[in-house]
Amino acid sequence: MHVLKSMIRQPAALFGLVVVALVVLLALAAPLVAPYSPDEQMFDGLTLEGAPLPPSAQFLLGTDALGRDLLSRLLYGARTSLVIGLVANGIAVTIGLLIGILSGYMRGLVGNALMRFTDLMMAFPALLLAIVLAALLRPSLWIVAMVIALVNWVQVARIVYTETRGLVERDFILAERSLGAGHGRILFYHILPHLIPTAIVWGTLGIATTVLLEATLSFLGIGVQPPTPSWGNIIFESQSYFQAAPWLVFIPGAVILLTALSFNLVGDALRDLLDPTQRGRG
Amino acid sequence: MAFLLLRRLVQTALILLGVAAITFLLLYALPADPARMIAGRSATAQTVANIRRELGLDQPLLVQFWTYLQGLVQGDLGRSYAQKTDVGALIAARLPATLILMAAGIFVEVLLGIALGVLAAVRRGGFIDRLVMMASFVGVSAPQFVAALLLLYVFAVTLAWFPMSGFGTFAHVVLPALTLGILGAGWYARMVRSAMIDVLNQDYVRTARAKGLSSFRIVFRHALPNALLPVVAMIGIDIGQFMSGVVVVEAVYGWPGIGQLAWQAIQQVDIPIIMGVTLVSALAIVIGNLIADLVAPLIDPRIRAR
Amino acid sequence: MFKSWLRTSTVAAALALSPFTVLAQDSPKQGGEIVITYKDDIATLDPAIGYDWVNWSMIKSLFSRLMDYKPGTTELVPSLAESFEVAPDGLTYTFKLRKSVKFTNGREIVASDVKYSIERAVDPKTQGPGAGFFGAIKGFDDLSGGKATTLEGIEAPDDATVVFRLSRPDATFLHVLAVNFASVVPKEAVEAAAGDFGKKPVGSGTFILKDWTVGQSLTFERNPDYFVKDMPHIDKFTVEVGQEPLVALLRLQKGEIDIAGDGIPPAKFLEIKNSAEGAEIIVDGQQLHTGYVTLNTKVKPFDDVKVRQAVNMAINKERITRILNGRATAANQPLPPLMPGYDKAFPGYAYDVEKAKALLADAGHADGFETVLYSTNTDPQPRIAQAIQQDLAAIGIKAEVRALAQANVIAAGGTEGEAPMIWSGGMAWIADFPDPSNFYGPILGCSGAVQGGWNWSWYCNEALDKRAVAADSMSDPAQAAERQAEWGKIFTDIMADAPWVPVTNERRVVAKSPRMGGDGDIYVDPTRVINYDAIFVKQ
Repeated sequence: MHVLKSMIRQPAALFGLVVVALVVLLALAAPLVAPYSPDEQMFDGLTLEGAPLPPSAQFLLGTDALGRDLLSRLLYGARTSLVIGLVANGIAVTIGLLIGILSGYMRGLVGNALMRFTDLMMAFPALLLAIVLAALLRPSLWIVAMVIALVNWVQVARIVYTETRGLVERDFILAERSLGAGHGRILFYHILPHLIPTAIVWGTLGIATTVLLEATLSFLGIGVQPPTPSWGNIIFESQSYFQAAPWLVFIPGAVILLTALSFNLVGDALRDLLDPTQRGRG
Repeated sequence: MAFLLLRRLVQTALILLGVAAITFLLLYALPADPARMIAGRSATAQTVANIRRELGLDQPLLVQFWTYLQGLVQGDLGRSYAQKTDVGALIAARLPATLILMAAGIFVEVLLGIALGVLAAVRRGGFIDRLVMMASFVGVSAPQFVAALLLLYVFAVTLAWFPMSGFGTFAHVVLPALTLGILGAGWYARMVRSAMIDVLNQDYVRTARAKGLSSFRIVFRHALPNALLPVVAMIGIDIGQFMSGVVVVEAVYGWPGIGQLAWQAIQQVDIPIIMGVTLVSALAIVIGNLIADLVAPLIDPRIRAR
Repeated sequence: MFKSWLRTSTVAAALALSPFTVLAQDSPKQGGEIVITYKDDIATLDPAIGYDWVNWSMIKSLFSRLMDYKPGTTELVPSLAESFEVAPDGLTYTFKLRKSVKFTNGREIVASDVKYSIERAVDPKTQGPGAGFFGAIKGFDDLSGGKATTLEGIEAPDDATVVFRLSRPDATFLHVLAVNFASVVPKEAVEAAAGDFGKKPVGSGTFILKDWTVGQSLTFERNPDYFVKDMPHIDKFTVEVGQEPLVALLRLQKGEIDIAGDGIPPAKFLEIKNSAEGAEIIVDGQQLHTGYVTLNTKVKPFDDVKVRQAVNMAINKERITRILNGRATAANQPLPPLMPGYDKAFPGYAYDVEKAKALLADAGHADGFETVLYSTNTDPQPRIAQAIQQDLAAIGIKAEVRALAQANVIAAGGTEGEAPMIWSGGMAWIADFPDPSNFYGPILGCSGAVQGGWNWSWYCNEALDKRAVAADSMSDPAQAAERQAEWGKIFTDIMADAPWVPVTNERRVVAKSPRMGGDGDIYVDPTRVINYDAIFVKQ
């Protein structure tokens, strides 16, 4: 409660909190708030020539190239995209953080082996894995989430590894060690807090990139398949229409941006509250 | 140092072998028949069988892989199924374009990222800081295709400052490099900002400040070098992204890089090209990371190379 | 009673004198250099190997063949041949070559070059996709099976005469001699290229490949010695590859390029069409194309003809043509309207949701069923698949759309029991030559209903196969009309079994700069897409 109260006092954090709550609520309540079915291709949703309709009283955010209501698709698409942006991306950052810290902290064989494994994973053609999985498995949200987690942890691990290597040689860590602190204590109390800002950067920017990545993977056949909407595939399907029908690209783009940004504001505020000495970082 | 390099070279070779093996296995598992793709629609079963035999696709997987490795150690990447020409030559023809775009793109990213990151860190919590954060989110949330076309509209069509498409002169590289740079700079800006703040909070910087050193000197002589550590790691990562993931930007600007080659090869199940591109980009990634690891001790002498 | 069909050189002479009766309004001008763009790189220019729609038209222009088509039409005319004769049993074809025609390396073409070129196309070592076209030539099985190194059915008694002996009558044989795989190539150039002939082609066509910068551009220059006077019209054309279609259009509007080879993306079509210069830029023509949904007759419940008929009635083709911005017309039979044998009077299955529901109930699926619809993943194909999905839902069929890369869809289609329905968009049959038989064997006949085949309906009707063989045996030109009618009947009879839902006949759209002249048909040539020989620049 204390946390919530402090956050409300900061306008930026409050804004972030409201948006995040709103997005989650709307995603959950999509069937109640959506004006149409997200998959219904309406006869009056296209012009006679077959062009999508711009925003109007009937279709608040306009229609897509199949005559479906964009607002309804965005609302339902939030469900897919939140799972990708939060769960898949969250798992990737967690794994990356873990492997990065361990390989940066541990010397000798284990640390080295972990980092070479990371290099291998980074050099590995992830797109190809996606295509093979798409052809072998039934496409589903959870498979695409798994693939994203599998692919994205590598970069986090690389960054965290480099930062950890810098940290372990710093005076305060050396001092702790000479005082006989255990590995667990050093890792958890002295190294991890310095890495939290990095985790926040990747965790929040990653929301936007993974939501878009999901669309690429759906395109290859492993994600949600048409007509199920996701923010990424709404943009992806219509990106060449950005001139003829700008609402199809810029509205979902703004939604992704706003969501990722809001999570970032909340993340920053939370971290400031939990660790006042690090105020302003991240 | 020599021993270290040697060890890393052996590890690199092992990683490449691993990548080759996994990729080969994946391509084998792919339910798409290269012989069928070459034969096209009108081919008879006999024609398809003939093509399969001529390509050696009727051999067991291990035999195929062994044959491939034998060629590989002699520097032979095999012949493209669809183009019936040497894969090494195809990649060599496109590699310079990819490397130029990679260098230019990373240059823009790093320059822009560091500048914005330093600015945000120094003006932490202020208007500029918020603006930089906002901009970095806009960059990473923008779909590449749309961003590339928007830049093309503004700078090549309307203002006609740069050519719309092609390869060869400095003017050609500006727009694709800017597109990639602007979209990617957000990562660098945020990493630099966060690392800078961490450094600026440390005792030795506080000491320096207490000694009355100018803030310019503090930022550029003391704080920034330490903040470069994650930047170097980021570049290592970016090399991987640039080797395989810039198909869209290449296509919009008609840039003859290997991304387009790879994308077409995947569509056609042209296994030798897919293998070749994968191995070349894997090599670039491993070298990029190796350099990042070797450069780290130069930036922060406390880190020991390993 | 020997009745032989002799076509003398007058046909060719007439063609040479007035090659463009089609272009009444503006007569072609000589000269000019143009730029053409494509998204995909050119895979190869080897006529024995190249088989995609982009290199198809370039190979057509680099090489010549015994037979060819009148530009912009489906009318077969002798080309490298001066005259030919068909024996009454339809098993022997004798060609007289045009005199003193030279390869662009300067050597005169002789009859043995024709023999060599076709043997090369059939030889398994070449790994060419087109070998099967020559299946009627005697000795084909031996060469393609590796038991012989030559085709015994091709003889070159003297330098100017080529004789083909067939093992069975083949009414399409003249068409076969006009496909790219029958292009005449010089042996010495093939051998000198050491396996790289596809990058260093030498032929005797209208153009010569001057330069190829891999991944960027190809430059073709006119062949000054081409055997038809005033052909081609342009002096030079440059092909730029790796060009995104949307950007290609912008460049076209700016006057940087002359032809956007990939046409106009759906997102841009209406804007251009409704613009002031639209009419001058867009060339829109019919092609030998039908878009269809295959209904797998070996997968339940599509093994029931009533279910297949119900699906045929459920799909709202008018709406699909609207989604395609009117760039297609609704289809009701496998053959496209331009194809000989197309039955204008055939009513097909009309769109009727109630009747479809009733049929489905009749078949014991009153509550519908669940199935899977495959599609390729490039715009607008997944959209069309979703439109079909919605139409199916209206009669209770829940189809899951699986949009995959083309290679995966093709693999699924050719695997028995794998893909219940496939929307053919992006991979649909475009005829190799304008003859109805080309729309049967591989995609609707028993021979295609095999592992790895293209008959994705797995439809095999022995009686129809027999009629198809009989129709193709009518190789006497006097029987042409009868043969055509029989083929037309075969396709409408297929529709009684409804293995396909014929959905649309798409027109091809090409964008060209206003300075390009000539009738639309030479930009959307039914046998070669862009006819580089016939296009010209208005001065």
